Amino acid sequence: MVSLHWIDYAVMAVYFAFVLGIGAALRGRMRSSGDFLLSGRSIPAWVAGLAFLSANLGAQEVVGMGASGAKYGIVTSHFYWVGAIPAMLFVGLFMMPFYYGSRARSVPEYLRLRFDEKTRAVNALSFAAMTVFSSGISMYAMGKLFHLLLGWDFNVSMLASAAIVLAYTFLGGLTSAIYNEVLQFFLIVFGFLPLVWIGMRSVGGWAGLTARLAQAATARGMAPDVYVRSWAHLGSAAANPIGVEWFGLVMGLGFVLSFGYWCTDFLVVQRAMAAESMTAARRTPIIAAFPKMLFPFLVILPGMIALALGTGAHGLIPDKLTAAGQPLLDAAGHVVPDFDLATPMLLVKLLPAGLLGLGLTALLASFMSGMAGNVTAFNTVLTYDIYQSYVRPDAPDAHYLHVGRWATVLGVLVSVAAAYVAASFNNIMDVLQLVFAFVNAPLFATFMLGMFWKRATGHGAFAGLVAGILAAAVHHGLTLPVGAEVGVKGGYLGVMAIFPSELAQTFWTAIAAWSTCFVVTIVVSLFTAPRPEAELAGLVYSVTPIPRDAAAPWYRRPAALAAVALGATVALNLIFW
Amino acid sequence: MLDLRVPIGGLFALVGAMLLAYGLLHGADPALSPTGMPIVTIWGAVQLVAGLGFLAGARWKPWRKGE
Repeated sequence: MVSLHWIDYAVMAVYFAFVLGIGAALRGRMRSSGDFLLSGRSIPAWVAGLAFLSANLGAQEVVGMGASGAKYGIVTSHFYWVGAIPAMLFVGLFMMPFYYGSRARSVPEYLRLRFDEKTRAVNALSFAAMTVFSSGISMYAMGKLFHLLLGWDFNVSMLASAAIVLAYTFLGGLTSAIYNEVLQFFLIVFGFLPLVWIGMRSVGGWAGLTARLAQAATARGMAPDVYVRSWAHLGSAAANPIGVEWFGLVMGLGFVLSFGYWCTDFLVVQRAMAAESMTAARRTPIIAAFPKMLFPFLVILPGMIALALGTGAHGLIPDKLTAAGQPLLDAAGHVVPDFDLATPMLLVKLLPAGLLGLGLTALLASFMSGMAGNVTAFNTVLTYDIYQSYVRPDAPDAHYLHVGRWATVLGVLVSVAAAYVAASFNNIMDVLQLVFAFVNAPLFATFMLGMFWKRATGHGAFAGLVAGILAAAVHHGLTLPVGAEVGVKGGYLGVMAIFPSELAQTFWTAIAAWSTCFVVTIVVSLFTAPRPEAELAGLVYSVTPIPRDAAAPWYRRPAALAAVALGATVALNLIFW
Repeated sequence: MLDLRVPIGGLFALVGAMLLAYGLLHGADPALSPTGMPIVTIWGAVQLVAGLGFLAGARWKPWRKGE
């Protein structure tokens, strides 16, 4: 446990004052439900772009990617260079014209416009439930982490951060959340850059890091450069620490899961839909792609540095403990390091007073931006897609503004409850990840066919979604990752295959879900009546005029920007091949 | 609409000034210079300059629709 200096507390206090100040400054501008829930579609592209990125910068990103960096090395960068950038460019170039151009207020509402009410209902209900539970689990992780690192009371740190998020989202709605997400983006950059710099100097630069990680790799029976090369060892699942071969990675992560998340998850898409114009909305995810491709150096590298500084009693990463306080052993009898503590331990061990406050504030900011992103997506879906659709359809707009504010309160309260549920059940995080994989992967097939195949029907979409979710459950129920027990990790229908890692199992479950949804949607659509083409204008690619930006300079044109981003991503893959 | 560069600039100018002052006042403390560099002072100065840059942008180049 570490104690903070007054300067650390002062940095945190200044940050909280600015966060709340933004909410207070925007309060008077919330005159309609559109202002509160949609930002009045007035956000400049660069702000929406950084918020698009920052809404995803929750606990899983900053702490989780550091943990994966320590566990798997630079191959974790595939979650960015394969598993994010291509999908972000795709949603900007090809999907945003329909999200924005259809004037839908949410992703579920787009599904109603394109397909029917029942397809929207499945998406709205599953999304609303997942966002608040995700937010709650993030809060639980934050409370636990700060209790472990600083000895702060779990309840106080969790409830205080929830109160701050509630205050600024209740006052300023989506605009306040977006503004604070951008602020938090810069804070995370400024907070983590010195950590990377000091950490790299501590291990002797890139050459020193490579040499130290070579020792860790050979101790695990792998090639010496396995932690510093992203593609070279993906020929066989057994040859790399992530336990996945290149096809499973590209198809499962790079296509199904990545496109399923970045192209259909309202949490991120909402930021682009708040942009001030169609061009700004299209540029939003593309602008976000540039900092996103550099984030591995900010969040994965600290994990690799922590691994290089050692594990166990004499290293930086402590051992994982059982409920009885004993070191946890894996199936082979080796002690399991607590990789989730890689980045937090690096922060408290390497950063001096002042910078430690900045780093911890960045960590808090990442938890809070993730929480605010979830809550603002939840209140929009709850207000428009559930309350307005099924409870009170024809109320005046002031009523929906009122409902939107109370939906914000409800979102935070349910998140707090979910955090306590997470504290009581060991497996709730695994269950949530499973539900995400089950729901998001088939959803991308539904959107792909909906936007690019005018023959897709509402019955086809609904049947495909249900079949895709069932296929995911069956695949997961018939497989297990190596060393896992039958239960939430799979195998509950009988064990027909063992995967080398949980990630490999997740990727192939997603592939099964997407493929089933894709095929069933096509088959059922061919046997059901399509909607007239005239009703699909603005919703389907082939019957919608695609916006051209020939008059704008190249750096404002989405296609040109996307080409630059794609080229840079390919270059990064080659550099760390 | 509130120009977002104002709170961003304000936050980093203030935090940067605080860290810069703290680093200068405690310059003799070796704990503030891990790996031999006065990192708190340097990073405070960097943030101060960045914060002032945001504020200058907000002052002299106001937001326009389409930017």
